[in-house]
Amino acid sequence: MSATTSATGVGAVDHYEVRKERLNTIIRYTLLITMGLIMLYPLFWLIGASFKSNAEIFTEVGFWPSRLDFTPYIKGWKTSTEYTFTRYFFNSFLIVIPRIIVTVISCVLVAYAFARFDFWGKKILFSIMVATMMLPQIVLRIPQYIMFQHFDMLDSYTPLILPSAFATDTFFVFMLVQFLRGIPRDMEEAAQMDGCNSLQMLWYIIVPLLKPAIISVIVFQFIWTMNDFIGPLIYLSSVDKYPVSLALKISIGATEEVEWGSVIAISVLALLPSVAVFFAAQKHFVDGVASTGLKG
Amino acid sequence: MYENKRLGLLYCLPFVIGVALFKLFPFAMSFALSFTQFDLIEPPKYIGLENYREMMTTDKLFPKSLGVTLMFVALTVPLRLAAALMVAQVLNFKLKGINFFRSAFYLPSILGGSIAVSILWRFVFAKNGLVNQAMTALGAEPIMWLGDENYSMWTIVTLNVWQFGSSMVIFLAALQNVPTSLYEAAAMDGAGKTTVFFRITVPLITPVIFFNLIMQTVHAFQEFNGPYMVTEGGPLHSTYLLSLYIYDQSFKLFNLGYGTALSWVLFALVATLSAVAFYSSKYWVYYAGEKERS
Repeated sequence: MSATTSATGVGAVDHYEVRKERLNTIIRYTLLITMGLIMLYPLFWLIGASFKSNAEIFTEVGFWPSRLDFTPYIKGWKTSTEYTFTRYFFNSFLIVIPRIIVTVISCVLVAYAFARFDFWGKKILFSIMVATMMLPQIVLRIPQYIMFQHFDMLDSYTPLILPSAFATDTFFVFMLVQFLRGIPRDMEEAAQMDGCNSLQMLWYIIVPLLKPAIISVIVFQFIWTMNDFIGPLIYLSSVDKYPVSLALKISIGATEEVEWGSVIAISVLALLPSVAVFFAAQKHFVDGVASTGLKG
Repeated sequence: MYENKRLGLLYCLPFVIGVALFKLFPFAMSFALSFTQFDLIEPPKYIGLENYREMMTTDKLFPKSLGVTLMFVALTVPLRLAAALMVAQVLNFKLKGINFFRSAFYLPSILGGSIAVSILWRFVFAKNGLVNQAMTALGAEPIMWLGDENYSMWTIVTLNVWQFGSSMVIFLAALQNVPTSLYEAAAMDGAGKTTVFFRITVPLITPVIFFNLIMQTVHAFQEFNGPYMVTEGGPLHSTYLLSLYIYDQSFKLFNLGYGTALSWVLFALVATLSAVAFYSSKYWVYYAGEKERS
């Protein structure tokens, strides 16, 4: 623009800019909505299909069922095994809840050490921690299996929970450390002057400050453990100990004639806990994910 | 208090024990086991490089599985990162309802790893599934996605690319951190949108691209649920990823020595690729403050 641009000229440019901006907004919204619909459509379809008959599932691409029939849910819940899904959901929670508790405790302690204390070997230990985040779990699976077999812990939930009690889910430690590093130490210094010891400090100062990050840990661990399939597949052999993921798998292989309606209905129910937890905590948690990738 | 070295180590103790017991020891043990023949009943028998030799010579399934794995990673990681960056770029705008969209795009990442979604994917790609019905509506010939070895790979690739949300939120946060002054300056100089994106946005977020690239690659090499549930490794082993092969060798055939050797090949691949990425990063990753601003 030259310096001699007249007042009307500026007005015209502004007008053009506004229109361009508006068009831009419309394009973005259209793109986002179209993409969102395509991405989420399979999930909507799954919900609709859970009310459909076997024949309808394979012919009807629309997600709206022609009837609202809960038989697939009832049939699916009963399963073709001797246990119902009540048992399998209960089992899943028997794994998930203790695992979350030990994960939070161990990871907060270790993150506190890394973020605040100065101790021998800290640098090396921190590097090891970051390296294990990138270490494929698959390399460790067989030796871990042999170890748990040696300790006679196969076909129990111990192999699925115990490692988490030792802060081995290093992704969480890393996330908490990054979060804690971003918090100034003023409050801790004040508390120390008031004679707080480190345990009191942790409980009364650090944990409340870490709350958003701890929520992320809980949500992640909940969803990942609910989704975990290969762990239970390797370690659990009795059907009465199966969590939902394994029970779903056998519901397909159990009979020749698969009742797809029931399988779909149970799939919907299997997804519900994760969806509920996600929406309950989404704000905290999506922000938490974003920040871990950035800092550091 | 924070200078108390013993106290710090005490808090760190769970990790010290955990990493030794559940990471380092198994890591060393798996390396040792890869030179043995072991079936869980008899004690491991040292056979030197026999497992690795078998992979290179007599085992026809290994090269197939390795090729399939590399193909899977080469398709999944770039597509997933591109989708994530593209959607993040569209979202990075003064937009009403940005949180809603962010959550909607993130949802598949939450559910995608579950068995339930793997089951859903079988319907998406079934003969009369959603994809084929959409293709028919658009006038294309339906494809036997799950039955044709030339197309089966796409079923598990799309399942993974569908979960781009986790990378997207990280990209989005990075994009929001790019100073607007840079964009304004570029606009003053008359730079077009594409130029601004490739000359300003992309260079500034290279650290995040690097982070996502590494994490997604490590992840993709270990993909299991998709091929196990959606395609069951088939047809004709066209989706038989190494993770599946390792599982079958170790926990179905109980060739644990061979299984660990396979897992070490996978590890060596991941480690080499990560090393290349780290080594090359000084040429393409931009860290604010380390180099002069361009």
